[in-house]
Amino acid sequence: MTVAAFLSDAKPAGDKRGKMQQAATIDIASLTKKYGDDAVAVDAISLKIKAGTYCCLLGPSGCGKTSTLRMIAGHETATSGDIRLGDVVVTDLPPAKRQTSMMFQSYALFPHLDLVDNVAFSLKMKSVPKAERRAKALDMLKLMHIDQYASRRPAQLSGGQQQRVALARALITSPQALLLDEPLSALDPFLKVKMRQELKRLQRELGVTFVHVTHSQEEAMALADLVVVMSNGRIEQAAEPREIFHRPATAFVARFMGDHNVLAGKVKELDAEGALIEAPNGASFRIPGADHLVVGETAEAAVRRDRIAIGESPTKGLGFTGHVRNVEYRGGSMKVTLDAPGVEDFTVYAEESAFDSAPHEVGQAVPLSWSLADVHVLKPTAH
Amino acid sequence: MTVAADASPTSVETEAPPRKRRLALPLAPYLQAAPLALILGAFLLLPIAAIVIVSFWDYDSVQIYPAFVTLNYEESLGSWVTWSTFLNTLKFVAIVWAITLVVGFWVAYFLAFHVRTSKMQTVLFLVCTVPFLTSNIIRMISWVPFLGRNGLLNSALVELGIVPAPLEFLLFSEFAVVLAMVHLYALFMVTPIFNTLVRIDRSLVEAARDAGASSWQILTNVIIPLAKPGIAIGSIFVVTLVLGDFITVRFMSGGQSASMGLMIANQISLLQYPAAAANAVALLILVLLMMAAILKIVDIRKEL
Repeated sequence: MTVAAFLSDAKPAGDKRGKMQQAATIDIASLTKKYGDDAVAVDAISLKIKAGTYCCLLGPSGCGKTSTLRMIAGHETATSGDIRLGDVVVTDLPPAKRQTSMMFQSYALFPHLDLVDNVAFSLKMKSVPKAERRAKALDMLKLMHIDQYASRRPAQLSGGQQQRVALARALITSPQALLLDEPLSALDPFLKVKMRQELKRLQRELGVTFVHVTHSQEEAMALADLVVVMSNGRIEQAAEPREIFHRPATAFVARFMGDHNVLAGKVKELDAEGALIEAPNGASFRIPGADHLVVGETAEAAVRRDRIAIGESPTKGLGFTGHVRNVEYRGGSMKVTLDAPGVEDFTVYAEESAFDSAPHEVGQAVPLSWSLADVHVLKPTAH
Repeated sequence: MTVAADASPTSVETEAPPRKRRLALPLAPYLQAAPLALILGAFLLLPIAAIVIVSFWDYDSVQIYPAFVTLNYEESLGSWVTWSTFLNTLKFVAIVWAITLVVGFWVAYFLAFHVRTSKMQTVLFLVCTVPFLTSNIIRMISWVPFLGRNGLLNSALVELGIVPAPLEFLLFSEFAVVLAMVHLYALFMVTPIFNTLVRIDRSLVEAARDAGASSWQILTNVIIPLAKPGIAIGSIFVVTLVLGDFITVRFMSGGQSASMGLMIANQISLLQYPAAAANAVALLILVLLMMAAILKIVDIRKEL
C-alpha cells in the first residue's frame, strides 16, 4: 500500500472533511509582512503554486522565505494581502483550519511523548479514541519505516529518524499542502541527499502540494517543480529549475544560483545584433538585444561559467584578458577565478583536460572568450 | 642512527607524563570532593546525628541525661495531640501547596510566555523578589495593620457598608496563616517553574497549534507536562518550608493553631530537648517521605 492510498482510505474518525483529500492550489496575492513600521520581511509578493507542485522557496537568510511559509501555515499574520488555498481564503484562519501541515526546522517533536503519541497528537486533539489513534499512528510510522522505535522518545533517535517522525506527524492529518521549513538543514550531507530523494518520492506518491523553504540551490534544483528565488522580501524569479538555470531573470538570481558571471556596464550603442555595453573602466562587451535596453542606461548580462573557453576571442566584446586569482579543482573540471579591470570575480569552469593542456597559474594573464549565444541579458533589478 | 636518536627522546617524553599522572590520580578526586564533604558533614550530618542521639536521651525539668530510652517517641507518638498537630501541619501543606502551585504557575506562565523581551522578563522577575529584601518577620507583621479588627481592610469594608461588623477571621486565624505562607513561599514556586517554562522550545507550541490544539489543550498536553520538573522542584521547596514552619503559624494564628514546627519550638523553650529531638526526627522522616513521593512521580534530574 502506498502512503497516498493509506492516507486517502483511512480517514480519522471525527474528521468532517469526509471525502478524499486533494492537493490544493496555493494562490498568494500581494502578500506583505511588516515587523514594526519599517522592517518589511515580505514585500507585496504574488505567487501561484499549482496543485501537486513541489515548490521551493529559495534565498539567502532574511530574504522573507520563512516568513512567507509561516504566513501560508498561519503561524504568522499577514500585514496585508491574501492567501488562497484551493477555493478558500485562509489569510485569517488559524493553522488547524487551513488543511495545511507544517514540518518545523528542528522538527519540534514533543520530547515528553513517545513516537506513537507524537504522531497521534493531532488525532488526540480531535478526541479520537486512544486505541484507534495509536493504531493509526503506528501504521503511519510503519509507512515511514520507523515503527521499530515506536515506544522511544524523540531524543533517542538520530536526525534522519526524527525527520521521519516529523513527516509522519505532519501527514497524519491528510493535509492538502505540506509546508517544510528547511527540513534538511539539520542533516549531514549524505543523509541530506537520501532524505531529499525520499521527500521527492513522498510528494510524487501523495500528490499534495509541497512548499519547501531552503537556502541551498542544489536542494531546490534537485527537488522543485517550481523554484521561487527571493531576495529582500521580493520574488526575483519563479520558474522551473531549468528556466532559472538557463535564463536567470536578474543579476541577483544569476549570482545566487552560482553558475553565471554577471557583466555590467552602460549601453554604448544598439544595433541589429544586440548592444555594446561598456564597463566602468573601459572594457566593453557585446550582448544580445532586449527590449529594455536604452543607450546610456545600465545593463547587465550573464555568461555561463561552463561555456567560457580559454583563448583569444575572435570577436571583439566576447571575451577579455584577466589575471588568475585562484584555481580550485572541482573534480572533472577546474574552477578558475580571474580579476580584470572592471570585471570582478569572473569564474570559469574549465574542462580538466583542456586546462591541463595549458595550465595557468595564479597571477598569470589569461585570455577568455565566449559566444554571443551564451550571453543572457538580465532584467534590471527592481530595488 | 638518526632514526634511533630521534626516537629515544620522544619515547621518554611520551612515557613519563602518564606515570606521574597515575601517581596523582587517586588523591585528586578526593581533594576535589573534600570541601563539599566537609561542609555537609559538619553542618548537616553531625547536627542530624546529634538530634537522633539526643532523641533517645532522658530528661527532667532541669537537665538532660545521656541514656537510651524510647520514652520520648512513645510519649510523642502515643499522644493524640501530636497526631492532630501532624494532621494540622499536613493540612497547611496541602492548602499552601495548592495555592502556591496555581499562583506560581500563573505568574511563571505570564512571565515566560506573555512577556516578550527577556529584558522585561528579568525586570518583572526582579520585581517579584522585591519583598525578599525585607525579613519574613517584617513581611508578616506588615499584615497586622492591614488585616486587624480595626485594620485597613476591615474599616474599609465597614465604611463601604459591605459588612456590618469587622471580620474576625482575617487575622489570628488559620486563614491568616495560609495567607502569610502563600505570600512568603509563592516565589519559591514561581522561580523553578519559570525556569522550565522559558526553556520550552516555542516551536513545540506552534507544532501543537498546527496539529489543531486549542490554547487549553496546548497547556495541558504540552506545557504542563514539560513544566513538571519545575513544578516538582517548587513543590519540594514549598512542602519543606511549610512542614518546618513555626514562626508564621505562631504569629499569624495568634497561638490558636499548631504545627509540628511550633510544637518542637515550644518544647525547646521548655528545655525538653530530647522530646523536641524525637519530634524533629519524626518530622524529618515525614519530609523525606514527601520528597521521595515527589521524586517518584517526576524525574527532576534533567533540570539539575
